[in-house]
Amino acid sequence: MRHEILLSGFGGQGIILSSVILGRAAAIYDLKHVIQTQVYGPEARGGASMGGVIIDDEPIHYPKLRRPDIYLIMSQEGFERYGAKAEAGAVMVLDSDLVQSRPGCRYFEVPATSVAKKELGKVIVANIVMLGALVRATGVVSEGAIERATLESVPKGTEELNLKALKRGRELIIMGGEG
Amino acid sequence: MTMRRFLQGNIACAEGAIAAGCRFFAGYPITPSTEVAEHMAERLPKMGGTFIQMEDEIASIAAVIGASWTGKRAMTATSGPGLSLMMENIGYAAMTETPCVIVDIQRGGPSTGQPTMASQGDMLQARFGSHGDYSIIALSPSGVQEMYEMTVHAFNMADRYRIPVFLMADEIVGHMREPMEVPDSVLIIQRRLLEEEGRKPFEPREDLVPDFPLFGHGHFVHVTGLTHDERGYPSTSNPEVHERLVKRLVQKVEGARREIAMFDVVNPDAEVVFVSYGAPSRSVQQVLHDFPGEGFGHLRLKTPWPFPEWAPGRFENAKTFIFPELNMGQMARELERHVDQPVISVPKLGGALHSPEELAKVAMEER
Amino acid sequence: MNFLEWYRVDRLPSIFCAGCGIGTVINCTLSAVTSMGWRRNDVVFLSGIGCSSRAPGYIRTDSLHTTHGRALAFATGVKLAEPRLNVILFTGDGDLAAIGGNHFIHACRRNIDLTVVCVNNYIYGMTGGQGSPTTPVGARSSTTPYGSTETPFDLSELAMAAGANYVSRWTPYHTKELTAAVKAGLETPGLSFIEVMTQCPTGYGRANRLRDVKEFMEIFRMRSMLKQKADRLLKEGKPVPPDAIVIGEFVRRSRPVMGRRG
Repeated sequence: MRHEILLSGFGGQGIILSSVILGRAAAIYDLKHVIQTQVYGPEARGGASMGGVIIDDEPIHYPKLRRPDIYLIMSQEGFERYGAKAEAGAVMVLDSDLVQSRPGCRYFEVPATSVAKKELGKVIVANIVMLGALVRATGVVSEGAIERATLESVPKGTEELNLKALKRGRELIIMGGEG
Repeated sequence: MTMRRFLQGNIACAEGAIAAGCRFFAGYPITPSTEVAEHMAERLPKMGGTFIQMEDEIASIAAVIGASWTGKRAMTATSGPGLSLMMENIGYAAMTETPCVIVDIQRGGPSTGQPTMASQGDMLQARFGSHGDYSIIALSPSGVQEMYEMTVHAFNMADRYRIPVFLMADEIVGHMREPMEVPDSVLIIQRRLLEEEGRKPFEPREDLVPDFPLFGHGHFVHVTGLTHDERGYPSTSNPEVHERLVKRLVQKVEGARREIAMFDVVNPDAEVVFVSYGAPSRSVQQVLHDFPGEGFGHLRLKTPWPFPEWAPGRFENAKTFIFPELNMGQMARELERHVDQPVISVPKLGGALHSPEELAKVAMEER
Repeated sequence: MNFLEWYRVDRLPSIFCAGCGIGTVINCTLSAVTSMGWRRNDVVFLSGIGCSSRAPGYIRTDSLHTTHGRALAFATGVKLAEPRLNVILFTGDGDLAAIGGNHFIHACRRNIDLTVVCVNNYIYGMTGGQGSPTTPVGARSSTTPYGSTETPFDLSELAMAAGANYVSRWTPYHTKELTAAVKAGLETPGLSFIEVMTQCPTGYGRANRLRDVKEFMEIFRMRSMLKQKADRLLKEGKPVPPDAIVIGEFVRRSRPVMGRRG
């Protein structure tokens, strides 16, 4: 199986960290072949940030995304720049608080930012809520793997909060209830 | 035993340096290489090593050379503009036969160019950038595992031949993350030290490499960038001394090409053969994977310098060589010197890799 | 003290011109080094490019004769990698203050534990007498044929402002004081800067009617003014003559040091 995951949002949301956590989950805990890349540059500081993760059972040669089949979108600009091009067979998890448009592919609406802010008390974990949702919606990595990779990647003392964020993300996916 | 880790290329490079015994790093922040310096700043003090951020890249390579004379394995990391600044002292390292490792995470040039985008535009500068004749070794990793392994190898080659060795990576390989296997220990080839009584400090052995006279060990060696005799004494107007020295500096590397060169050969019966090094190798590998029936060949140069001119001959049926590079054909020009078949240079500028589709199209037209 | 064993006698005679002050500076430096009781194995000399930078080539220790202006950066690597070694630099006004100016101020800022002996002869000697950052206003050189119009650097002031722990200035006329100053520099942890205003009868002298070394030395004798006197004159509101060479110890202090062996 091969998946190409494109993650986009605005700078400061932790999009790149999400892509690293996802890559680490697949590489270290699911023992897959993985490449994680990201867009660097001035646009990564405030503009639309973008991370890409390729997960494959076979060795990966070309490191850049060719045909993403999974999208995680956390800003309107990110949607317009990347998400709007999603192919019909793709699946998208979008932050319904921040993304106004809807794609032509299957999608899940996740109010990650408001859940993070109101229920978890830290807007900063919205990206982790999204990761939890993404993994539940797509199964792209195992749930054990994403938990362990998250714990390994977040600052000390925030483990509990991040686990809660992952869990809330999972709960926000109602199978069969997607748009 | 190995440990599986998920690392960025630049971090793998720094970890490789630590594993190789590098205990001195001097550098100056420059995108896209800065993670190497940052990681060394974090790791070296815990290993009893020294990290210093110098005032510029000229000072960085100078400090590295100074540290090397005390016997430390020493390294710097930079990108194009920094490499340009280092050039005079890189020539000094070549002339004084000082082992050192220079990591170049290439970005788009000339000048400030594209700080966050990949390029292979420094390939000729790495080989020829300082004035005068000399020779060096350049390694080109095309993945995270190789960032680690080739950094280790760079230190071994620097000590083996007493030369500057370049790790010619690029923004793509430097910044991407992949799983890799970190070994428990790595092969270390020690610098051959001067111990023989009465042996002159710049007197070459049969392999043209002199034994290294470590500072502080009673050799009282004078190290100068001036043309010098085997005692190390300046001898600036004797033509024979100059010719003997410079020819040896070139020959100790070029004469050992078959020992030094590393390359991969895929489908040696192929008529259409891709040649690549560094990140574009990944695009070529994708083409070979996507079109298994086409019988394309692939020569991947792990050591672009010294150039293994016999390697293309491994493809006995080759009719065409296709050479994708993230520059205007810097190494394709070198390949052309060594083969009779046409060499199709496929330059790519701007920071993106060649897509497998565009390379496949070029190859199909040549079939 | 006899320090003949510190010389590479097989390299003599040196390339320095008759009447050059560099020999005096080397002698005073070696005298100070040997009075420290150091063995040749404990000392590394470094230099950049220029007349004074040829000095390490005549001294029988390990030495790095490096690129123009960069000796302090090389020395930083040597000292940090092997703090056991006592690191001494010979440099000149062009090497240190022009092409190497940035390394100079940063080495002083870091206050790295080494000693810099600067032969300030107001001129580029090796290339044949061009103006330097310390060429006095009005002085002639091959690149200031109508007299220099640029304000020169005061290198000792610069070293002090940048943070060096020890700074003093003397001339080859003051050999005892110079030797003592180098010794004080070697003893002081941190960056020690000893500036030696030095005659260059060939480069500077020829262009400025000072070809006679005796005349040059007479200037050092007559125009030198101890820092204490200059300070007193200033305090009393009296002028210090503009052509005075203020000599003496400018600073000896204990700012935090880099590269001191622990």
